[in-house]
Formats: sequence, structure tokens, C-alpha cells
Amino acid sequence: METSILFIQLLNGLQLGILLFLLSAGLTLTFGIMDFVNLAHGALYMLGAFFCATLTLYTGSFLLAVILAIPLTALAGFILEKLVVQHLYQRDHLDHVLATFGLILCIDTIVHSIWGPEGIAIPLPEFLNSQVELLPGIVFPTFRLLIIAIGLAAAAGLYVMVNHTRVGMLIRAGASNRTMVGALGIDISTLFSGVFALGAALAGLAGMLIAPITEASIGMGSDIIITTFVVIIIGGVGSMKGAFLAALLIGLIDTFGRSFLDDLFKLIMSGEAAETAAPAVSAMLIYILMAVILAFRPQGLFPPLTR
Amino acid sequence: MVLLLAVVPYVLYVTGNTFWLDIFTRLVILAIAACGLNLILGLGGLVSFGHAAYIGIGAYAVGIPVYHETYGGMDAIASYNGFVHLGLALLCCAIFAFITGVISLRTRGVNFIMITMAFGQMMFYAIVSIETYGGDDGLTIDLRSELPFINLDSPLSLYGLCYISLLVVVFLTYRIRNSRFGITLQGAKSNEERMNAIGVNCYKYQLTAFVMSGVICGYAGFLLGNFTTFISPEMMDWTRSGEIMFMVILGGAAMLWGPVIGAVLFIVLEFVLSEYTVYWHLPFGLMLIFAVLFLRDGVTGAIHGLSSSGARHQS
Amino acid sequence: MSTPILEVRNLCKSFGGVVAIDNVNIQVAEGEIHALIGPNGAGKTTLISQLSGLLQPDSGNIIFQGKDITGLPPYQFSLAGLARSFQITSVFQELTLADNVALAVQAHAGHAFRFWRNAKKDPALREPAMAYLKQVGLEERAGWLASEVSHGERRQLEIAMALATDPVLLLLDEPMAGMGREESAELIGILKNLRTEKTLLLVEHDMDAVFALADRISVLVYGQVIASGTADEIRNNSKVRSAYLGEDES
Repeated sequence: METSILFIQLLNGLQLGILLFLLSAGLTLTFGIMDFVNLAHGALYMLGAFFCATLTLYTGSFLLAVILAIPLTALAGFILEKLVVQHLYQRDHLDHVLATFGLILCIDTIVHSIWGPEGIAIPLPEFLNSQVELLPGIVFPTFRLLIIAIGLAAAAGLYVMVNHTRVGMLIRAGASNRTMVGALGIDISTLFSGVFALGAALAGLAGMLIAPITEASIGMGSDIIITTFVVIIIGGVGSMKGAFLAALLIGLIDTFGRSFLDDLFKLIMSGEAAETAAPAVSAMLIYILMAVILAFRPQGLFPPLTR
Repeated sequence: MVLLLAVVPYVLYVTGNTFWLDIFTRLVILAIAACGLNLILGLGGLVSFGHAAYIGIGAYAVGIPVYHETYGGMDAIASYNGFVHLGLALLCCAIFAFITGVISLRTRGVNFIMITMAFGQMMFYAIVSIETYGGDDGLTIDLRSELPFINLDSPLSLYGLCYISLLVVVFLTYRIRNSRFGITLQGAKSNEERMNAIGVNCYKYQLTAFVMSGVICGYAGFLLGNFTTFISPEMMDWTRSGEIMFMVILGGAAMLWGPVIGAVLFIVLEFVLSEYTVYWHLPFGLMLIFAVLFLRDGVTGAIHGLSSSGARHQS
Repeated sequence: MSTPILEVRNLCKSFGGVVAIDNVNIQVAEGEIHALIGPNGAGKTTLISQLSGLLQPDSGNIIFQGKDITGLPPYQFSLAGLARSFQITSVFQELTLADNVALAVQAHAGHAFRFWRNAKKDPALREPAMAYLKQVGLEERAGWLASEVSHGERRQLEIAMALATDPVLLLLDEPMAGMGREESAELIGILKNLRTEKTLLLVEHDMDAVFALADRISVLVYGQVIASGTADEIRNNSKVRSAYLGEDES
């Protein structure tokens, strides 16, 4: 096994992990603060991708499109929160699940009716659509590097916001003590709408970053949301730190599993058996990892301290 | 309604409307699955979001042995025999439910929802990745399960089997609901801390119910495989689990016939709405949102609540 | 004093550096009504939670009928014969009173892996359930839903459910909480009738009730038992007077 391949897969895994973190950060915020389960989070990811695709087409610039699409996705999240989500905070989780499942159906259909059933490819500008030689013999797509950089920047921004700003203080307080925040005279409903919109923007950003690689398509949200759930469960539901570490872990394990598992299996079984077993096992790998971790730690790796 | 489901399809079929018999067969199979889910969701109060996986396992338990009997390989399970298929379906579902149940039932609330969802999706991806059985493209079942006395190739006898199965499942859930086991489950749903305080270890009852629920859905999958003769991973996707849950909730999870009514409503909605527009998921989704926002106990709950409000204990 | 039925030995529990229970020793003799009193924040709830298995102590032991039951899961405490009622009413709201009690009877009739027979018509469950309801004076309400009866009646239901598990010792967590004078008096009567058959450990704020019922009293202040003795001894204990009765006599 060449070290250069190993290194490239490491970066690929990192890139997937970063995307998963952008998605799980929003879910963690809405869950940790509002105790709200949002199945439609994947739909916001998809919306971000489609907004970006259309804007790229009109403006001719991918970067400009991203800058415009982020507030647009946040706005979509804000509207959803005001129309539907807000009325569900007092309900139990089953209601959250059902209503947001309904939201997925609605958003998917609306996207279908506007953009059609086909996926939309997003062309990258020249300077991003290239490769860089990181180390001698190791070339890596520039755009994937950019994804990693943006994701890390977003993670750092979130960290600073949650730990060092007034809004972050409210968020942390709100998570542990809702009535107290209310007693401080903060408008809870605006805080919640803002947090939801922030989560939507992060999910949308993830969608915009992946769309040039995979293209914007209707099923993309439903596929990724489950992986995001796995991340959150492993990290400990409601924990931002857990979400970050679990996202990187899942990104790496999934990527390595898909690229190296068949070689690994060939060491212990016949080539043919390995050819059939490896794809199945690598597809199930992150779920098996989740099961193993939960068997030892039912609350995940970093359960947030409650009460 | 029991009579309606027995007579109408028969009449329709005899008068030459075979298309309608298909709709009814699908309806009854979905109703069985919904009853299975209701065992854990309605009685146990545990929101399992991965039950499509069991339907898929049940269906592939028909498809895989038939595939190997036809094309060779895997002699241990290759067979056209319906009992082999059924046995395999129920056994695999029981094992899968047991393993995932042991882990997921240690958690509650959101964690439980997401974990069952993830395990369901794990089966989806597993089947997708196995090229032998068609992967993404699905698998055609060349021959239906062979059973004594019943010829599943006859749509009418297949419907008959499904219909009787539904009655048996509903009766079974009725008995369970009022048994000591059922009452223990409902107690755990209502107040688990109190159940502990009166000396009940809820976990083992919930695990048993979880396995039973999975097995019933596996049986529905066995029927579905024989009905459609084409199976694909798509039937195990988590959105399918959402649809079954939708039926249970729409029909009223607390009611005995709730899941059946929910399945009827689902089929009717799907049929009527898709007549008008290809975008039928939109009104469907809106309806779901409104149902959650404005109806508390599902549709039957709403009907029940209207007719019996005020008329309780006369003593 | 003969061998105590419940013995709490050197029990400690702290939450993130805050000591809630500090080396507590309590002995409850068979057949007595033992009251545990203390001002708010004294650690009564923490202690009760440990005595019913909901919280694990940091150190120390809980000996019940000669057996060390420290660290067992809550349902094992109940099966061992230690029943509790809750300070905040905790019953099955959507079941009838009779069903509530029958469920508790069933819980102690061994396992419940019976899938077929109708438990709601099973005389082996219904008859004892009615008897327990009668014991707390609720037999006329048997068919009502728990959500439909008054607060006081729900408190009585709590006690009927605890009784239905056929306990040796009954742990009552503020049974009079939120009750009016009349309801309290009625409950005191019910508890007095129980003293011939059960041992009671009563955690209570209502001083009238405590002095009317208790054979012996333990006083918990800041996680420590500062005194233990008969009602008269406690009344005249100077430490208790200054630490507790003096500031919170109402």
C-alpha cells in the first residue's frame, strides 16, 4: 500500500468528515437548545445545493452564488421555523419526527416541480477546478482542499461563537436552563428562530460545497441525514465537541473502509469472497461502529452534561 | 370494514377489475406491517423508525432462496419451498430485531428514533452493495413460494392468504393488548419510573415486543415479495419506514383497528392524489403536518373523541 | 432494639463536589413508623432516591432484611420488598384506578410473559387490586381513570399501588404533599391502620402528621443525621430546635 494513496484517502476522509460536521452542527444546535428533532435537516442541505446551482447559472460565478445562497438558505430555515417548527417545541419527539417527515415530502416535491427530476451540475471556476501538488507525488483537487478549509473555519467560528460571545452564552444557558434565559428577559422565540436559521445555513453550506462534486439532486438530503444521525449518536446527542470528533471519525472510517477493506479481506480470505464481502461490510461499517460504541456507551462518546 | 375487505375485492375481481385486487392486496399487506409496528409504537410507546428493514428482510428471504434455486449456489438455503422462505424470513427478522433491540432499547427518546433509523438504513446499504442480488436495481422473483393447498400465483388466493393473515394479526394484537404482557408494555409506555418502582424490569418486555413487532413486519415482507415478485432495496429505505409510521399515527396508534384504518387512508390518499397530480407528495406532506399540528390522537382518535366525549363512567 | 429491618450504613453521595449526603446512618426497626424530617435542601430526596435504587451512593451500604442491596437496579429494590411512593404523584394517568393497582399486583406475581389471557378479567389480579383500593378507601373510584380523580385520591392510589407490591417496608415520600387538612387527616388514619402490618419510613414536611404518626424520628440537616429518637426526644433536642424547628416551625 503506497503512502501517497493513504495520504490522499486521509484527506478525502477529512473532507467527508468536515461536511458531516457542518450538517451535524446544525442538528446539534436545534436539538441541544430547542430539544427539537429535525428530519428535514437534509432537505435544507438539498435546498442549499439547488439555490447555489441556480445562482451559479445566473451570476456565472460559483463563489458569488455561495455568498448569496447562504443567507437564502438561512431565510428558508427561518420561514420554516416560523410556519411549522415553532409550534412543535412543546410537543413530543414523535410529533417532531412526523411533522418534519411531512416537511421533507413537501420540500422534495417543491424542488422537483421547480428544478425537475434531474440533478443539476455546478461548474467550478478554473482556479478551483484544478489540482495542487501538496507533497512531491501527492496531488489533490484544489476544491476538496477548499472544502476542508471552509469547514474548519466554520467549526472555529462556531467554537468562538458558542464559547466567547453573548449569543453563545445564551445558547449554552438555553440548552441547560430554558426558564432562566426567559427570566433574563431574552426573547426566546427570536433566539430559537435565529438558531434554527443558523443550522439551516450550515446545512445549506454543506450542500453547496458538495454539489460541484456530486451535483444537486433530490435524494441527496435523505441519503446524508442518516449518516449525520450516526455522527450525532456516536458523538453524544447534543454535544458539539462530540459531533465534531465523531464526524471526522466517521468520515475517515467510511472512506478508508471503502478503499482498503477489500485488500484487507484478501489477506484473510479468497479473492472472490473478499470481492463480495468487502462492499457489503464497508457499506455497513459505520453502523457497526455505532452499534459497538453504543453497546459500551449508550449515550455516545461525549454525552453533554445535563441537569 | 372486515366484511368490506373480504367481499369487495372478490366482487371486483370476478367482474374483471383485476387492477383493483392488486390495490387491495397491497393495502392488506401494508396493514399487516402497520399492525406489527403498532405493537412497539402504540403499545410500547417506542418510536421505531426502521421497520421497513424487516419488510425488506422478509421479501429478500423469498427472493434469495428462489434466486439460488434457479441459478445455483448457496445450496443451504436454495429452495422454492414456501416454508423455507417463511422460516427464513421470520428467523432473520427475529435475529436482526434482537441484536438491534438489545442495543437501541438501552436508549430512549430521540436517541432511540435515530438509532433504529440508522440500523434500518444499514440493511438498505447492505443490500444495495451486494451485486449478486441486483444491488440497486433490485431482484426479480422468478417463482412464487410453493405452499401446500394455496397457489400464490392465483391473485385471488394470494389475497385470501393476506386477508386471513391480517385478521389473525389483528386478533393476535387484540389478545396481546389485554394480556399481562400487553398491560406491562403499556405501563412502561405510560410511566417507566413507576414500573421500576413496582418491581418491573421493563427492558425484557420491550425487547420481546420489539422482536415480535419485527417478526410480524417480516411476515408482511414475505407476502409483499410474493405479491410484487420484484424486490429492491428501495423498499427498505427509511422513508418507507416513515410511511408505515404515518399509517399507524394517522389511523390512531392507541386503537386496535387504527393501523388498518391508517393503511386504508394511506392507499386512498396515494391513489386519489396521484390521479390529480404527479406532485402528490406535496398535499400528502402538508396533510401530515396539519394532522400533527391539529389532531392529537390520529384520525380514529379524532372520530372516537367526538363520538364518546362526555359519555364516560355513568356510575 | 432488635435487628433493624433497614439499616443505612455510612451512606455518602456528592454531586460535583457538593456533598448531599454525608455519612448517614439510619436504622428502622420492624413494625415501627419511622419519620425522616429536615428542612428543604437537607438531602431528603437524595436519600430517598438512593433507598429506592434510583441513585447510586458514592460509598456506604443499604442493608435490607440482612441483605446488602446497595447498587441493585430499582426494580430489584421493589422485588426485595421495599416499596416507595413518589413525592410528585406518579401513577399511570391513562389507566383506571383498578388497572393501576392490578398492574402492581401483577408485577409481583412473577414474570408477565403471558400473551393470551385477558388480564383485565383475571380474578387473580382484580380481587387483590380491589382489596388494596378498599384499604385506602378508594373502592368506589375503581373504574375511574387516574387522570380524573382528585389530587388527594391520586396520593391514596400511590399508597395502594405501593401496598399492592406486598412490601415489607413502605417508603413514603411526602405523602401529604399538596393535600388539604381534611385529606391529610384521612390519610393519617389510613397510615395508622397500616402500622400493625407494615414498617413505614415516612419523609414528611407536615409536622402534625409526623408527631401524630411516628414512633421514632430522624432529623436530617445538611446531609447529616443530627438526631434520632422518639418524638419527645426530638422535640426537646436542643440541636434540632436550633437547626430546624427554630427556623421552620410553621
